[in-house]
Amino acid sequence: MSLVDTVARAAAEADLPQPFAELGLTRDEYEKIVATLGRRPTGAELALYSVMWSEHCSYKSSKVHLRQFAATAPPSRALLAGIGHNAGVVDIGQGYAVTFKIESHNHPSYVEPHQGAATGVGGIVRDILAMGARPVAVMDALRFGPADAPDTGRVLPGVVSGISFYGNCLGLPNIGGELDFDPSYAGNPLVNALCVGVMRHGDLQVAAASGAGNQVILFGSTTGPDGVGGASVLASATFGEAASDGTASAKRPSVQVGDPFLEKLLVECCLELFAGGLVTGIQDLGAAGVACATTELAAAGTGGMLVRLDAVPLRDASLGPPEILMSESQERMMAVVEPGRVEEFLAVCAKWDVRAAVIGEVTDTGRLVMTWHGETVVDIPPASAADGPVYRRPLARPASQDVLAAGDPAALPRPADGAGLRADLLALLGSPGLADKSWVTDQYDRYVRGDTVLAMPDDAGLLRVDETTGLGIALATDGNGRYCRLDPYLGTQLALSEAYRNVAATGARPLAVTNCLNFGSPTDPAVMWQFAEAVRGLADGCAALGVPVTGGNVSFYNQTGTVAIHPTPVVGVLGVHDDVRRRVGIGFPASVDGAAPVGLVLLGRTEPEFGGSAWAHVCHGHLGGRPPVPDLDAERRLAALLAAAVADDLLSAAHDLSDGGLAVALAESCLRGGTGCTVRLPDDPFTTLFSESAARAVVAVRPGGETAFGQLAGAHGVPAAAIGSTGGDSLTVDGCFAIRLAELAAVHTRTLPALFGPVVRDPGVQGPVLSS
Amino acid sequence: MRIGVITFPGSLDDRDAARAVRLAGAEPVGLWHGDRGLSGVDAVILPGGFSYGDYLRCGAIARFAPVMAELVPAARSGLPVLGICNGFQILCEAHLLPGALTRNAGLRFITRDLPLRVENASTAWTRAYSGGDQIVVPLKSGEGAYAADAGTLADLEASGQVVIRYAGDNPNGSAAAIAGVCNAEGNVVGLMPHPEHAVDPLTGPSADGLGFFASVVAAVAA
Repeated sequence: MSLVDTVARAAAEADLPQPFAELGLTRDEYEKIVATLGRRPTGAELALYSVMWSEHCSYKSSKVHLRQFAATAPPSRALLAGIGHNAGVVDIGQGYAVTFKIESHNHPSYVEPHQGAATGVGGIVRDILAMGARPVAVMDALRFGPADAPDTGRVLPGVVSGISFYGNCLGLPNIGGELDFDPSYAGNPLVNALCVGVMRHGDLQVAAASGAGNQVILFGSTTGPDGVGGASVLASATFGEAASDGTASAKRPSVQVGDPFLEKLLVECCLELFAGGLVTGIQDLGAAGVACATTELAAAGTGGMLVRLDAVPLRDASLGPPEILMSESQERMMAVVEPGRVEEFLAVCAKWDVRAAVIGEVTDTGRLVMTWHGETVVDIPPASAADGPVYRRPLARPASQDVLAAGDPAALPRPADGAGLRADLLALLGSPGLADKSWVTDQYDRYVRGDTVLAMPDDAGLLRVDETTGLGIALATDGNGRYCRLDPYLGTQLALSEAYRNVAATGARPLAVTNCLNFGSPTDPAVMWQFAEAVRGLADGCAALGVPVTGGNVSFYNQTGTVAIHPTPVVGVLGVHDDVRRRVGIGFPASVDGAAPVGLVLLGRTEPEFGGSAWAHVCHGHLGGRPPVPDLDAERRLAALLAAAVADDLLSAAHDLSDGGLAVALAESCLRGGTGCTVRLPDDPFTTLFSESAARAVVAVRPGGETAFGQLAGAHGVPAAAIGSTGGDSLTVDGCFAIRLAELAAVHTRTLPALFGPVVRDPGVQGPVLSS
Repeated sequence: MRIGVITFPGSLDDRDAARAVRLAGAEPVGLWHGDRGLSGVDAVILPGGFSYGDYLRCGAIARFAPVMAELVPAARSGLPVLGICNGFQILCEAHLLPGALTRNAGLRFITRDLPLRVENASTAWTRAYSGGDQIVVPLKSGEGAYAADAGTLADLEASGQVVIRYAGDNPNGSAAAIAGVCNAEGNVVGLMPHPEHAVDPLTGPSADGLGFFASVVAAVAA
């Protein structure tokens, strides 16, 4: 008798107890599977349903909320493919389309920082590739526990080295992202990876298995035991819950290992397959591996598929059907190919040294059937696994919100004089969240492919798409857990506003939105309330700004014990730049001797808004009150003004105002440009310097363009105040303080190397000499 | 004029090298690692990247690619050859250039715009510069520390085979701050920094790197 749990055996041995709870399924979910199948599931079917119905794959707790994105999406002519695809696709003109998406790899990056972060990059790149696009850049939004916590010293360098290892070896420029620290992320770092790809209209690929008789080909890496249970166990349960000894180490084998070299070959191989018209359907393998790819392809296509699991190339011959289905081995893709094109398909794979195996075919039975050496081990309606359960979890606004709101930062002591303002600015500039991030970004290749026009520390990444016309795209990600903790609805709109403004600051027009929603446990009504508020805030914000959400990702269970992270929606905004040759960065231009000074203009309205501010956080360790009030109409007008001013070549620099307000923005622009500035501020310099009111930017106006810019600002209804000019070697606030650039630079750059070690070790000698 | 750019599995900056060739006024010709010929090109560039993943020693596998069986004798006969970053590592592994590239002193990958000094402006790839010129070009590598035995280093200095040197801080612990070297004849040059990423101020820190490509165009035309 066979040792394998077959469909026949499942029917015959109906009462066999099954480990559904260990696989993360509830009794109700298990019974739903039994009812769907009319019998108990086989071991392979149970494995398949358990990963497909995990929170990570099924979005079972978030789906009812995420529907708002499509329901309230503003009309957009730019959207070629929206939510529900691997990634959204946006028309940027001149026959080009762009696809982009951000995804979390939080839990694996805590368990094994290097590989966890590396495979996060690999996974999102395959999502973009599966749309038919060439991946052209990546970004990373990172959040860690306190910068000086010992565990941060383990997690952060590992995450950065993993992103560096994978992205650099894959040949994708890393053009930006975020780095922040907060005690709420201790034990739950956030590693959100974004990828963007470019294609021509008409290159769009579909993730569907259509046409009975078409062949199903698995190609790329072999399948091993890595990540077995990763999707359901790692991403869907709090650490310690399922580990017998209560430690995270029990789950270490679940983390996948990445091979960026193979991914590079897979990218080139896929693009050649697409160009040759050899593919009718394609799906990347990510969480839930073969289980997810086969069910989703089948459910989206003709409806049936026959898969011979014993044809899957293995790197560990001991794997059986459940492990093969759940394996999260990296660098794999699944294609649907017409029988007459299989030979050509395999020849392209051979050219790129990519292993490929025909493992099945599309059928018209409406069933997903899988065999193992001739015996049937899976026989299910694919939609039942692909669609998954839907939960409307209870939600409740926690009483702690009122306590937080009552802690008004207006009561905090403010600096009494210029020396106090100066000290607070230096404290902010040297704080880990605002310090110079070269320690991180110097480990990433921003140059490869030769189209990077702007990258960190500029406000947004800017890529050239067409060398002849100068058409390009800008991308920024933003999130602020402190704002969202105070008010998840407004905080999410502020994240959207900031990313939108960052894209606009380069001169690009914002077009579309992706998001990665990082939250605690959905079984906690307070977390679910935060989540619902954040989604509602983002949907309303996108409607007001006229930019649709094209896709995204949800990461729940970011909590330790009963303590959840700050709600942290990370919002990515994509914009189109008509001519990247006219871009502006954040660096102030030096004044030329004898020439007219370069004037600085503060755009937008500044109110005393300090709730959740960097000043309250860094200078007082305070979190309370209300976050700044987003003004989406003002954001729209500001973005339109910046695009128009850049198009008219009126600006030589632009920097959005956000964490740390005008003070930090001025310091960053001085350091980036290598020139000082002198500003005169109205009555209340403290508020003007450190408030974090939204919809603001500081710009450097080209000499001679002041009048035209002033008229343009007036026409757009954007308040514009001339506050000073660039030049000198100090950041000077008239009547308050002056700080030399050398001191600013020292304070700004020393923090991360002091915490995590120098990037460039001074060998003290001229270097190694081999003994002869 | 036709200049070949070899693509190994894992080459990444091949597209950038081809663009630089085009900007210098020559025609870039893609060469494949499995090719048994050089398509009659006038010069060859081995671009940056991670050939074969560099999971062994950088460049150690690429050295055995079929195209290298054609390239090595051609280089020994005077064909201008430039190795950038991974290409430099491959040229060292193939013994077309002396020395080796080892792990950065800081043990981390570094991307940085660096001042470089042109020490030898008479090679096929640097004749558009003047000796002592300072240029700004990005470095981006994890294993860029140049190493050689003391005798070789002394020979390189004496014979003018040190072509490019780091002009500011030594970023990776390279021996004698060496960023690039050439063979005795000066037709084969390798360097760790990436001149192909400094051909247009829009996308690089300068256009200072264009001189490498302009040099070979002049050298071949001469």
